Amino acid sequence: MSQHDLPAGHGFPRIRRVGLAGLLVQFSDVMEDAANCAAIAFRAAVDAQNWPEVHETSTSLVSTFVSADLVATAPEALREKLHALLATQDWHTAALPAGRTLWEIPTLYGTDAAPQLEEAAQAAGLTPAQAIAELSEARVRVLTIGFAPGQPYTGQLPAHWDIPRQQALTKSVPAGALIVAIRQLIVFTNASPTGWRHVGQTAFRPFRPDTAVPIPLTPGDEISFPAVSAAEYARILASDTTGAGGAQSRVLT
Amino acid sequence: MSGTLEVLSCGPSVTVQDMGRRGYLAQGLTQGGAADRLALHEGAALLGHPPTHAALEMVGTGGRFRATVALRIALTGAPMTATLDDTPLAWNASHTLPAGAVLKIGGARSGTYGYLHVGGGIATPCILGARSAHLSAGLGCALAAGDALPLGTDSGSITGLRLPVDDRFSGGTIRITPSVQTDQFDTATQERFCATPFHRDARANRMGVRMNHDTAPFMAADQLGILSDVIVAGDIQIAGDGVPFVLMCECQTTGGYPRIGTVLPCDLDRVAQAPAGAPLRFAFVTLAQARSIEARAIAERSALARTLTPLLRDPHSIRDLLSYQLVSGAISATADPFSTGEP
Repeated sequence: MSQHDLPAGHGFPRIRRVGLAGLLVQFSDVMEDAANCAAIAFRAAVDAQNWPEVHETSTSLVSTFVSADLVATAPEALREKLHALLATQDWHTAALPAGRTLWEIPTLYGTDAAPQLEEAAQAAGLTPAQAIAELSEARVRVLTIGFAPGQPYTGQLPAHWDIPRQQALTKSVPAGALIVAIRQLIVFTNASPTGWRHVGQTAFRPFRPDTAVPIPLTPGDEISFPAVSAAEYARILASDTTGAGGAQSRVLT
Repeated sequence: MSGTLEVLSCGPSVTVQDMGRRGYLAQGLTQGGAADRLALHEGAALLGHPPTHAALEMVGTGGRFRATVALRIALTGAPMTATLDDTPLAWNASHTLPAGAVLKIGGARSGTYGYLHVGGGIATPCILGARSAHLSAGLGCALAAGDALPLGTDSGSITGLRLPVDDRFSGGTIRITPSVQTDQFDTATQERFCATPFHRDARANRMGVRMNHDTAPFMAADQLGILSDVIVAGDIQIAGDGVPFVLMCECQTTGGYPRIGTVLPCDLDRVAQAPAGAPLRFAFVTLAQARSIEARAIAERSALARTLTPLLRDPHSIRDLLSYQLVSGAISATADPFSTGEP
């Protein structure tokens, strides 16, 4: 049984129906930076339309999901509106939306707090000191949020950070762990097992359900993870009551 | 109303649930909410309040409860044994719970998720716009003995009503629609999927329900080469071992396993309620059929109040019931009191 209601079409972007839950606009079938930017920019454009049948929108790595009532609204009608909006520009070169936030999240690299720094550095062909310098200076973008509330998948790091996941899972890394694989960095929302390598530790909590801003990050935000000393990290940890983890932020213009 | 509902004791998985929360998908939080949405509509019809009011969802077994003030309650979803100070109570019905009386709700006789509704709803604080616990996300927690739940203002007064309810508590045929990756399963695999008798695995929760079968694994053309993308409740994901999982209301926001189809929202209640071992089959319907089936289900649940009957067969006590207004205000049993819709 094929999806007769929507022509498959060649190439991207392409639109697929997600059950009766909405339509999905895919900009690629592999992770590409330009396709990720396209998905984030297109989501902002859909939001700006304020279409009444749309409940909400989200992005995955290279797609925009438009959650909508496909019982009251014919999928074909929404698909045509999305096609028309897609046709207004080349989304792969679209500017990212204004009002995104740049975050600086203090990070303790290596030590007992993040025991896989050396292993990850070696996999990337770097000394531990070079790895800390590169990860500290990198400015990555929130590619998508998922797995747990608020948990950012950020990237992309330079190509030599395309290191594979470990064969065996690490039993558990703590909340706030900075982990790396496949040119991406994640800050963990909750303690969790992982196949990614634990290279840094932050006091940043991506999900703070009891605070005024429970989920601080949004896809498209940018982050750097500057290195701090063990003493400075301990000071942040001791004084932090909000889960901000000493992070500074400013709005990108 | 200033009273509370006290939890004297309860099973391990009793939570406050409403329709869940929209607006946080982009930030990694799915809607969640009651596993059996229809049960919330049934409770709302019985009590004459909006289906968005929060109720207690009880997985497998309930607990003992006591109110500090007289309360109207309704019992819906998986039928459970229920008594009020040791007098048996009918399920799919509304009752009065006098102040201080003990309501005891035992194990499910069929199905999985039972619901205890109170007139005016449970009024715990909203977190991110809803009262629902979303345990997989770390929002809220399961109830425990000693909890005291605040109650909303009840504008109604009628109890002793019953709703006729079709059996959705023992598995059956589940209607599905093609979705994002259906085409990646060849026709023979899709046909075999729909011809295969499944049984609900013992492992099932608000995140997903595993479907056991005795045949060969189901595999997509490119089982491992799929980039993570959005997933929604109802998606039937084929994990690496070829066993299908139906994703439920507390699933994650994205996933990388191929999905052979998506359960119609109105049939997802039946999946949720299927007890361990219950037989299930899947049947594809076209998009047009899916939309019309779902539209009919929405119309039926908004007209539930019209099917209410008196619980006691005493024609003198409640004569011409349907001509009365069932609650104070402008709501009648023959109008749709919920036409303003759910969020």
